[in-house]
Amino acid sequence: MLSTNEVITSSSYIKHHLQNLTYGQFPDGYWGFAHTSEQAKEMGFLAIHLDTLGVSFLLGILFLSFFYRIGKKMTYDTPSGTQNFIESVVSYINENVRGSFNGQNPMVAPLALTTFIWIVLMNTMDLVPVDWFPYIAQKIGVWFGADLHHVFFKVVPTTDPNATLGMSIGIFILIIYYSIKEKGMGGFAVELAFHPFGKMMLPFNLFLEGVNLIAKPISLALRLFGNMYAGEMIFILIALLPFWIQWSLSLPWAIFHILIVLLQAFIFMTLVIVYMDMAHQKEH
Amino acid sequence: MNINLTMFGQLIMFAMFTWFCMKFIWPPIIIAMEERQKRIEGGLLAAERGRFEKAEAQIKAKEIINQSKSLATEIIANATRQASNMVEDAKYIALKEAGKVKEQAQAQLEQDTICVRNELKNKVSALVIQGVSAVLDKEVDVRLHQQMIGKLSESLS
Repeated sequence: MLSTNEVITSSSYIKHHLQNLTYGQFPDGYWGFAHTSEQAKEMGFLAIHLDTLGVSFLLGILFLSFFYRIGKKMTYDTPSGTQNFIESVVSYINENVRGSFNGQNPMVAPLALTTFIWIVLMNTMDLVPVDWFPYIAQKIGVWFGADLHHVFFKVVPTTDPNATLGMSIGIFILIIYYSIKEKGMGGFAVELAFHPFGKMMLPFNLFLEGVNLIAKPISLALRLFGNMYAGEMIFILIALLPFWIQWSLSLPWAIFHILIVLLQAFIFMTLVIVYMDMAHQKEH
Repeated sequence: MNINLTMFGQLIMFAMFTWFCMKFIWPPIIIAMEERQKRIEGGLLAAERGRFEKAEAQIKAKEIINQSKSLATEIIANATRQASNMVEDAKYIALKEAGKVKEQAQAQLEQDTICVRNELKNKVSALVIQGVSAVLDKEVDVRLHQQMIGKLSESLS
């Protein structure tokens, strides 16, 4: 990626890798791609990260189409290898849901499956060598007439807090919805106001439970984001080393990262199940 | 690392994927798995039942064999008894019949003896009369001495 007329420093390389492909409204009103990190920052809230959305969309479609295809031709008798794989994943998720979720809701298990597989796929993007996708994106960008150094591409959606926050906000909405649906408006209010210290301490209870409630989606999102961001950061730092020594660090880190990829997806899924269970519990 | 509309895009995608998974992916897979589980369970139960039934059938078969064995011995014993009875009866009847036949034969014999004796007597008396008449020649008129001849023949018998 070294261009002839611009020298890439370590810091610009890192910065370049940590910038999303942003499309949004410039301060002066018109819409377009951000050419620098500063421009992206100036766009504020009215912008979208095309790389995050695109990659996560493609991975979601990959997951759904693969499972859908196998699910359509499920057989009772002698399952094929892929069917076995799908079944083991599904039964693993199902066991987890049965173990932690005590309510009656046919949505929780598919939700857990979607969460787990989607996050696993998005995290797995971290294992692709850090320069591959940005390089391809730059080639395509240049082909479309963009400046080589203005094409950003961040391939791991879960290293974008927007992605993890988007998911955790979805979970948050479900928590609120099912809390009210299962406990009633009054029941939910009582839970927020009269616990854990009884009626006399109402403001304090409200504050405590409120923080507790808000902390759920934020911790959920930031845990996943933080882990993946740190992992990606280390891959980028390793990529700064001379190419002949990179493997000695990137290989162990990648192998270790496989564990993190699965572990973070599992933690996210387990917490989703636990939060759903808490939302469905009638007695506190 | 700016928070922006991407968040909502991701949220909408997440909702859509979850909905699709809930609608079209989870049910067929879980139904197929449960169906297989049921089948395997049923198969195992059937096998267990089959084994149990086999054991039961074996016991039953043994019982039947034993029963039929005792029945057979009983039948044989009965048959033997009946046969010996029949032989006894036959013997008795035969003896009785033999006695009857013997008696009849004896009676016949006696009758025949009497008959023959009478005949012999008649023949002897005729012969005597013939001889006497030959000896006496015309001195004895049969018609005249009828009474005497009759007494004679009577005494010969």
